[in-house]
Amino acid sequence: MSEYTPVPAIELRGITKRFGSVTANKNVDLTAYRGEILSILGENGSGKTTLMNMISGIYFPDEGEIFIDGEPAVISSPKDAFDYKIGMIHQHFKLVDVFSATENIVLGLNEGGKYDLKTANAQVQEICERYGFDIDPTKKIYTMSVSEKQTVEIIKVLYRGADILILDEPTAVLTPQETQKLFTILRRMRDDGKAIIIITHKLHEVLSLSDRVSVLRKGEYVGTVNTAETTESELTEMMVGQKIELNIDRSDPQDPVDRLVVKDITCVNRQGVRVLDDVTFTARSGEILGIAGIAGSGQRELLEAIAGLQHLTEGDIYYHDPKTGEVEDLRNKTPLQIRELGVRLSFVPEDRLGMGLVGNMDIIDNMMLRSYRKGHSAFLQRKAPRDLADKIIDDLQVVTPSAHTPVRRLSGGNVRKVLVGREIAAAPTVLMAAYPVRGLDINSSYTIYNLLNQQKQNGVAVIFVGEDLDVLLELCDRILVIGSGKITGLVDARTTTKEEIGLLMTKSDVSGGEPNE
Amino acid sequence: MDAVVNWLLMFLPRAIRQGVPLLFGSTGEILTEKSGHLNLGIPGIMYMGGVSGIIGAFFYERFAGDAYIGWLAVLITTLSALLGAAVMALIYSFLTVTLRANQNVTGLALTTFGMGVGNFFGGSLAQLFGEGGSLSVKRTSEVFCKTLPFADDLGAVGTLLFDYGFLVYLSVAIALVVAWFLKKTRAGLNLRSVGEDPATADAAGINVTRHKYLSTVIGGAIAGLGGLYYIMDYTHGTWSDGGFGDRGWLAIALVIFALWKPASAIWGSFLFGGLYVLPAYLNFGDNRSMQYLVSMLPYVVTLVVLIITSMRKKREHQPPASLGLPYFREER
Repeated sequence: MSEYTPVPAIELRGITKRFGSVTANKNVDLTAYRGEILSILGENGSGKTTLMNMISGIYFPDEGEIFIDGEPAVISSPKDAFDYKIGMIHQHFKLVDVFSATENIVLGLNEGGKYDLKTANAQVQEICERYGFDIDPTKKIYTMSVSEKQTVEIIKVLYRGADILILDEPTAVLTPQETQKLFTILRRMRDDGKAIIIITHKLHEVLSLSDRVSVLRKGEYVGTVNTAETTESELTEMMVGQKIELNIDRSDPQDPVDRLVVKDITCVNRQGVRVLDDVTFTARSGEILGIAGIAGSGQRELLEAIAGLQHLTEGDIYYHDPKTGEVEDLRNKTPLQIRELGVRLSFVPEDRLGMGLVGNMDIIDNMMLRSYRKGHSAFLQRKAPRDLADKIIDDLQVVTPSAHTPVRRLSGGNVRKVLVGREIAAAPTVLMAAYPVRGLDINSSYTIYNLLNQQKQNGVAVIFVGEDLDVLLELCDRILVIGSGKITGLVDARTTTKEEIGLLMTKSDVSGGEPNE
Repeated sequence: MDAVVNWLLMFLPRAIRQGVPLLFGSTGEILTEKSGHLNLGIPGIMYMGGVSGIIGAFFYERFAGDAYIGWLAVLITTLSALLGAAVMALIYSFLTVTLRANQNVTGLALTTFGMGVGNFFGGSLAQLFGEGGSLSVKRTSEVFCKTLPFADDLGAVGTLLFDYGFLVYLSVAIALVVAWFLKKTRAGLNLRSVGEDPATADAAGINVTRHKYLSTVIGGAIAGLGGLYYIMDYTHGTWSDGGFGDRGWLAIALVIFALWKPASAIWGSFLFGGLYVLPAYLNFGDNRSMQYLVSMLPYVVTLVVLIITSMRKKREHQPPASLGLPYFREER
């Protein structure tokens, strides 16, 4: 390899990957050299992880070629990836809890010779000293902190002799100090001649760590720039792209009044991380309040806190009851009481069925899940829920053989229609929906948007957590931007721009890297 | 004093003999559970091991006639027991690994199935060829029961340690080998990872399906030796329908008692065996209820162990983390 024309450690040409009708990666090119850190930047769902999974052998590309050190390579299993010295550190650690660090590190290796834990421990120790990891090889995984587990993952790939390292959002779970430590180690590995690819959506980390940045947007390759020659706003623009017109009917809010006042709430999770940090905002009737943010910035916790499912460390949530005109503090209420007040959560989290529906039960029985307390007889009264189920199937055009079909057998979009339909049927005063259109086709998405708009016109305070900025801009009245559990901005959806929201989403994300601003 | 020693010299060998089927059963079950499969079909598999063994012995005795060779009889009998048990375990693995059927239901079905098939063949053979309606393979059984030649010369030590057929020593040896395999070998580490976290094992390049099949089938075969021992040694080669009793379930209880450690299962099985035969040695006279209460002891001890380990919450003492869960790579 000559000094002047370096051969890329890994090169992707025209990679395309489809899952059913969804194209996760489209014609992506990518090059990474030894002795450099390459960042892959992109929003949620831009196909970063899918792309990396193809390099590490978890998925196989539908089209395109991969070259390792200039030679064409076929990577069809994680084992092939090991053979090409590619090591991937996943976001979700793949470690066996009751094993020690070393046992995890040697797991699955078929080296010749005797299986000897002592030697392996010594070898692990040696890698630790070389790169500056601080870990006890005999420590059991279940007693480790998140950062220690990540360290084990990194040592694992190094032990296998990897010289192309891929890290999928490595800083998402780390404290700022741990992030700094990781970056030091990554730089040391770069100087050791390894090619390092880091997937991230945190701009300041990209700027402080990497040598070059490749940007993906909605599965497509946008371009690569040298970090030294770029700016935050240029990267944001590459990341979010041009605004796309969606033509969602948006009416003006009808005499909005305060419905839900969230004041200084803070939530601390089991790991002691402040998942919500001093959050304050007001949701008004007849208005859709959008919540934008990188996934996992506290959206879920925020909605759960309002619904009474999260313990608040500090702060209050006041509810202005439109019927009585009284102000209630939701903090002292049980989730059931909060529901009775008309605060409804139709939460659609990452898993398909989500909270609130039982997959093996049919639509009618799922309707009853929310009204079983109303019954007074020992026997089920299926009449009312059956009518409701039929009404939802009609109104929302749920595609199902009958109301007796188990919900599990419906497609994702229809499941969500059932869920949202049921919550709306309870005539809520506050309706919260998180990612209600994730994975839905265009038509189903519009049905959901229209539903939310109708509720808004009926004077409901709608809180909509979304990930597609275009939708947020066209559907909502105001958009609250959240980053690492903090409110980083509140903008008027009619006048703001995608870039502004994109910057707000990433900018004040101060959980790692050099402090900016 | 002498009375106590004499009582112990009577009691302890009985306890050990009683414990051996449990030891085979739980060693096999531990190996199976380490791959994440709770095989409740073990009682049926052990039963099948027993009946296959006696069938093998019976036909060899019939066809060999005067050309009967002791070691060949043992070989044929053992192989047919292994085969019978392995086939049952293979059915279980096909259903639970490949078709991902519910493990509990499959296991229970297999136990019922094994008992039925066992009784069918054992009973029919006895009916067709047995003398006086009972099936007996005395000749082969004698080979199985052969003790070490110097056992009788060593007095108490001989009675305690050397006065057993070879399957007794084999059960301890297999338990020790499995313990060593799980703890000290690379393959054992890989197998344990499959039972703990198959997705991680898969990502590490371990063939999850192969490990699950192999450990279930080999574990089943080992358990089958428990049934073989019961028939050929414990009952001296006589078949009786349902004679095996609840030993299969005791073997599964022993797995929990031993905290998934084959080495602990060795002394655990002798303890269980002792508790199992204890009622016969305590003179209750006509008091049948006391006898039944004492027979509950192994299960009570298991419950106590379960309660204590659950309270202590030590991760190493818990069952394999994905025990009972099917693994499907694409389900994430």
